[in-house]
Amino acid sequence: MIEVISKETGNKEMVINMGPQHPSTHGVLRLELVLDGEIITKVRPHIGYLHRCFEKYAEQMDDYAKVIPYTDRMDYVSAINQEHGYVIALERMLELEVPERVEYIRVIMAELQRIASHLLGIGAFGLDLGAFSPFLYLFTEREKILDIFEKVTGARLLYNYFAVAGLMRDVHPEFKTDTAEFVKTFRPKIKELNDLLSYNKIFIQRTANIGVLPEKVAFNYAASGPVLRGSGVKWDLRKNDPYSIYDRFEFDIPVGTGEVGTLGDCWDRYMVRVKEMEQSLRIIEQALDGMPDEGDVMAAIPKRIRAKEGEIYVRTESPRGELGYYIVSDKSASPFRVKARAPSFVHLSLLPAISRGSLIADMVAIVGSIDIVLGEVDR
Amino acid sequence: MKTPEEIFEYLKNEFGEDALTFEKGDIGDPWILVDAASIKSVSKFLRDDPGMRFNTLMCLSGLHYPKEEELGVVYNLHSTELNQTITLKVRVPIDEPAVPSVEAIWKTADWHEREAYDMVGVTFEGHPNHKRILLPDDWEGHPLRKDYVPQEFYRGVTTRA
Repeated sequence: MIEVISKETGNKEMVINMGPQHPSTHGVLRLELVLDGEIITKVRPHIGYLHRCFEKYAEQMDDYAKVIPYTDRMDYVSAINQEHGYVIALERMLELEVPERVEYIRVIMAELQRIASHLLGIGAFGLDLGAFSPFLYLFTEREKILDIFEKVTGARLLYNYFAVAGLMRDVHPEFKTDTAEFVKTFRPKIKELNDLLSYNKIFIQRTANIGVLPEKVAFNYAASGPVLRGSGVKWDLRKNDPYSIYDRFEFDIPVGTGEVGTLGDCWDRYMVRVKEMEQSLRIIEQALDGMPDEGDVMAAIPKRIRAKEGEIYVRTESPRGELGYYIVSDKSASPFRVKARAPSFVHLSLLPAISRGSLIADMVAIVGSIDIVLGEVDR
Repeated sequence: MKTPEEIFEYLKNEFGEDALTFEKGDIGDPWILVDAASIKSVSKFLRDDPGMRFNTLMCLSGLHYPKEEELGVVYNLHSTELNQTITLKVRVPIDEPAVPSVEAIWKTADWHEREAYDMVGVTFEGHPNHKRILLPDDWEGHPLRKDYVPQEFYRGVTTRA
């Protein structure tokens, strides 16, 4: 703890550390807070504690496909979405055709993962604010999704399931019924969540009018995903820049409305995630209907991928926002450069802009509402 | 919505032919190679011009080209208003890797530029907080350079596994 005299106000200010070991920083994030009493005057996030050299590893692999397991480990809460982004980038780069059945399975898996990720994000957010029981209810549901994933891929967290122009293996025969069963049982739980947490008076008081992110600031900081939509912007890459087969499905883009406070506050960002789970269920239902029962799960492609010279930037909608892969090829067997544009990294950089002037206890709500995963921030 | 070729023509009328080159690989997206000295004015024009309106900087990456002994910075821009995309690229010699910062134009560039400095060693002129971001401040070298050799010890602790 250091005390300094503020040049602007002349008040005595205190510098304290929140993290790197702190339950509400969702991993190893260190926030250097400058406080005037209980008011935050400055926030300096310090990151890098979880840096595992993803980009360097990617360059040193002797095959483009060998990077896929590493993408899992960036955002370990939504590994499928990370793989999805990477394989789509490669497929666009190499102009590969993906079998119909594969596309449907991918979309179902990606949307299930989105729900699982939001369940964790929402649950941990409530936990940060003192709501313990919703976390347990939500984790029960998340467990059901992980069970489906375990049956399909053999793993519960890091799957290595998507391959270039295909899947590692076909889904099990009961995949459709398992997923349909989950959709049926999960839908009423969203209402339960709204009763238990969303419209809880204490929860609203902790989140409404806190950490307001205006639309203009959001664009300036390149916010995306639920953080941008929470500020009332109808922007979803699944609709605005469709990839895979998302253009075949009907779903809405939920946006923040300022229902209980100001547009773009913590509650709006939270509520967008809740409503998004409902839309993901709609997509899963349609995909289950359209999914062909028979078909290859691997396109006929050469065993070793060789790309021509060139570069591409491909972005997909991960649960946290715009996940971009910038890949440069120099004709060799390994990528010349892979840069992952992680939504959490970008969102964390706007933290100082939205938390200035708030109370130190609200910092917990703001960090929780932008839903960061440090594995993705540090890569 | 304009194609990258049209955007290039549009920019050429404004900034002349010397500062800009249109390039394309055998596959993937084309890009506009911009003179390092004009990147800031080009960026500002791209953001503010009514025909461009590039309000978001999606991604900024640093690159090392060992053969040419150059460093590069790549800007992936998108306009949500006009739904158009363009890639800009700047290349600077490795012994003088200074690029003007675009932090004042798109705030999101702040951390991206710090990462590019950290990883490949491009220095951004005019950046308000030009420090390493992922690695500790006293780390030696820039890991994403192709000829990078990790330091043997960091504060007396071996870096070997």
